[in-house]
Amino acid sequence: MQFFGGSEISPSLPASTAAGNNAHMIYVFNRNGVCLLYREWNRPVRTLNAQQDHKLMFGLLFSLKSLTTKMDPTSLEKRNLGVPQLPGQGCSFHSFHTNTYKLSFMETPSGIKIILVTHPRTGDLRDPLKYIYNLYVEYVVKNPLYTPGTPIRFELFNTALDQYVRSLS
Amino acid sequence: MVAIYGLYIINKSGGLIFYKDYGSAGRMDTNDSLRVASVWHSMHAISQQLSPVVGCLGIELLEADTFDLHCFQSLTGTKFFVVCEPGAQHMEGLLKLIYELYTDYVLKNPFYELEMPIRCELFEIHLTEALQKDRVALLGR
Repeated sequence: MQFFGGSEISPSLPASTAAGNNAHMIYVFNRNGVCLLYREWNRPVRTLNAQQDHKLMFGLLFSLKSLTTKMDPTSLEKRNLGVPQLPGQGCSFHSFHTNTYKLSFMETPSGIKIILVTHPRTGDLRDPLKYIYNLYVEYVVKNPLYTPGTPIRFELFNTALDQYVRSLS
Repeated sequence: MVAIYGLYIINKSGGLIFYKDYGSAGRMDTNDSLRVASVWHSMHAISQQLSPVVGCLGIELLEADTFDLHCFQSLTGTKFFVVCEPGAQHMEGLLKLIYELYTDYVLKNPFYELEMPIRCELFEIHLTEALQKDRVALLGR
């Protein structure tokens, strides 16, 4: 299994739209850790180059998920920390927030991970993430020109996504 | 009303110096709690790197499917975190209170060596008192 996609696969260049809303950026990863989509709307600070940044984000989510599975206070069965899990297995998480941002996370049964980074005082984004997944299904998966596992470069999807994210409060 | 499943204190290099379990299913052994603590330390640091704006101080609240994790980092880098029921209130206040107890009963204890595991009887007594459910509710006032 290929973790952390090869160097030749780089997601579409961030097209800043300066929407002036409270969403910072979005990541979409597939189950192998390839970044299918990265878009940013408002990101003044960039500490790493794009590829390193995607790897770090995927690593953070992977480790946080194994951490939550390990810490789950309601399950008796405890697996070893860091063992890869199938999507939907074990206790996952849906968001975390720091003083400067809030990260909302969703994993679909096929292992697609959608990550939305917003202003720290944004409310529950589980339903908006489901909507974004629907957009992905409609505009990307159903597109006959799309090869699964490659970066998403569809104008129509990007437009629909930008429009929806801008409408989030 | 509030159920707290566990309390962890980690020193500034990520080592677990205090761990108390309050009835979570399938108790973790010592090695696992040490691992969990250092993983949390790293995730906390990585979350600061990924911040889209300046001045990020790390994860304050992690909302998992079956629990919430509230974390407080003191100015010296010691991290306190509680694992509690989803949606539990007043946890920031509780963490500040635990920090106060830590400064009073651990740091002011002349026999305590900095960054080493906490073995202070008075700290544990006051901690148990603070974590009594009715007391946590009072913090909201």
